[in-house]
Amino acid sequence: MKSLSEIETTVKRSSKAAGYSWGVSEETGKSIRLLELFGLPGIKHLNEYFNEKNKSKFENLNLISENNSSSNNPYCPITLGVSFLDQINILENFKKIEFKNVAYPVIFISFISRSSEIIGKKIYVNMDQKKLLLNLNVNICTNFIDQAFPKIANTIEVNLLENKDNFTEDEWNNLYKISEGTFVEESDSLKEGAAGAGLTDND
Amino acid sequence: MKVKLRNPNKIMKLSRLGSFHQSKLSFLRSFLNEFKEWEYKRDLFNLNENGFGEAVYSFRKNTRVYSLVCFANEIKDEERSDRVIATKWDAAFTLYDGVPAKKDIERLKNEVPKQEVGRLSYKELTLSRANKSVRIYNHVVESLSNGKQPDLNLLSKVGYLYRTTAVYGSGKFGLADRFRIKNREEINGPFRLEMMLVYLVRQFTFDQVNHVAYYKNPKEAVKLDDNICKNLGIGNSTGLGMAPFIVNHPTLLNNWILSRERALKKIREIKNVKNQDSDLFIDCVKKSLRNITSWNTDSEYQKKKISSLLKNVEKFLNFIDKDFNFEVEYPFDKIYLWLEEKTCEECVEYIVSIMMEPYNDIVNPLVKEMSSDEEKYFNIPTHRKVEELRNIIEAKYPNILDINFEEKENNQNFWFISKNKEEPRLADRFEEHGSELEQPLAIARDIKKLYDKLLVSKNSLTIAEFLISNSDLRHVVRRAFIVEKFPYSEIQDNTIGKDLMPIDMLRLKLSFFGALKFDPRSDKWLRICMFQGAPLPKELKSYDEQWVYKTNI
Repeated sequence: MKSLSEIETTVKRSSKAAGYSWGVSEETGKSIRLLELFGLPGIKHLNEYFNEKNKSKFENLNLISENNSSSNNPYCPITLGVSFLDQINILENFKKIEFKNVAYPVIFISFISRSSEIIGKKIYVNMDQKKLLLNLNVNICTNFIDQAFPKIANTIEVNLLENKDNFTEDEWNNLYKISEGTFVEESDSLKEGAAGAGLTDND
Repeated sequence: MKVKLRNPNKIMKLSRLGSFHQSKLSFLRSFLNEFKEWEYKRDLFNLNENGFGEAVYSFRKNTRVYSLVCFANEIKDEERSDRVIATKWDAAFTLYDGVPAKKDIERLKNEVPKQEVGRLSYKELTLSRANKSVRIYNHVVESLSNGKQPDLNLLSKVGYLYRTTAVYGSGKFGLADRFRIKNREEINGPFRLEMMLVYLVRQFTFDQVNHVAYYKNPKEAVKLDDNICKNLGIGNSTGLGMAPFIVNHPTLLNNWILSRERALKKIREIKNVKNQDSDLFIDCVKKSLRNITSWNTDSEYQKKKISSLLKNVEKFLNFIDKDFNFEVEYPFDKIYLWLEEKTCEECVEYIVSIMMEPYNDIVNPLVKEMSSDEEKYFNIPTHRKVEELRNIIEAKYPNILDINFEEKENNQNFWFISKNKEEPRLADRFEEHGSELEQPLAIARDIKKLYDKLLVSKNSLTIAEFLISNSDLRHVVRRAFIVEKFPYSEIQDNTIGKDLMPIDMLRLKLSFFGALKFDPRSDKWLRICMFQGAPLPKELKSYDEQWVYKTNI
């Protein structure tokens, strides 16, 4: 088994050899390491992308807006990912961002996952009806773990979620009530002595 | 009185970093301190009469066990090489996480001796190999088998029976990634498991030499005297592989240097020094003279440094004896200022190291600050502005900005990775091919390039916007934001200039390891000695903390 350290170093070097700058290659190393840590096919797709990059053209999207559509060729997932990462503080103002025609989208997903940590918000991604929830770069939940990631995503919809509870107020109140079963009802003498301040703590 | 931390623009110059010496903060000393209460055991010693076979040594505390698995092999004299291009070694080692089962040892037997071309697993933590110092090893076997102890004069010329030629960890060749073990309290210090490997290898070398001597002449043989063992260490040959490490791990480098600087600052701020502390300090300086006078090297460069160091330390002792009174207020501050004014850089840093000896209360908490969670500082704060970045560079890299990289001599060398061994190398860009594949280690030059670009960019531009058209400078943008928070994270010098001495970079790292007796074999590699004078495993529970100044062979 390859260690994550080996993966990061080799990805960094191969990205540089594939024509990216050292700084972008460092980002790619971190991102693919992350995918492999989460059990997603980072190395496989990066390999395929680099092989295809020699034969086909890909478009670089440097400035991201709410709706992004490549003119002819699919977007390069690395340039798109680095742009997303760099611009996340601005993109945070949009609720939903859409990308049409993205090559090897799993690579792009890794950059979105890292962005989720930067803004401290979960990000929900709908990729041609395949769903992923990116949880602050701690994990990635998906409904298609056993299916192959596509080589091209026609539409990727990125939703920046507001921080809110996953449960209802009633569910919380009910659980809180159960937790009160660990508290001791205070008698008068306990009220007086147990906190050390007596019955009044006013000066 | 408040003393300021020393200026990074002075301390982070290569000539200063290349003058650093071991101290109480050094990793091999903090390793011994951490593991002194652990139970040491030799679990397996299955060598044939010539000393070839397997052995296992362990440290155990409660349910945690670390086991060194050793494989001693027969090799021909002509196959023995300290260079990283070697493919066979006298012995190969791995540190196993837990107690290795028989099937683990069988698996490791096939992989560990192959080193870089073998594959390890997440159960192995570090990997190394070592070669005999044949002259010394044979002499010791011969002497012991004849019932005599070896010639101390000969031993003192080398100082070890074996020298390692590489020690790998942190995910190399399939070894466990650092993140798997980083929360273990006992290894909350850099390179602690690498130090454990080297320390246990040292014990293996003594056991092996005793074993071979015994089988050579069972009736007459004696064991190597414990006091001699104690005064032998483990050698190490180190090349350029170490140099990129300190460039590639800026926050870690910062934490090493910052700990040293904080220790010095606190010691200089002590108003009244107790007699017992000043006595210990002076005693260590005096006893350390032996480390200087027994420091052998053929390198003219190092000979000059040693001679100057010796002269300056003697001058310092003379000053302490005749002109200094520890009863003055803030004596260590006065000593430090005197050293800076009257002695060489190497002497200043040598004495600074020894100043830490009496102060466990200052040093021990700092040892815990010497690791780094590097991932936390990786992301570039792209919402910040060009003006801020320019200000950071002007404040943090003032001397770098003065270098003219248009001049050939300032841009003479390039760092690359050799295809044959995947190891870092340094070459003249005007004479050799390959500079188009240069590694990103010319930080000074690239910072200057970045600065020039920032000068012609709008102040109000965000870094995200700046990076759209300046992707080639992304790696140094990241570094500049790191140095803003971590003042000692950057070498404030040119790492590609004509006058670069790469061994300065190696010495910096080796001093933090705790190495002694740097012996440059060229400007690009050197030999050192580790654990010379250190307590043996059976003595760990109670040992003299200043052992490093008390070697006596």
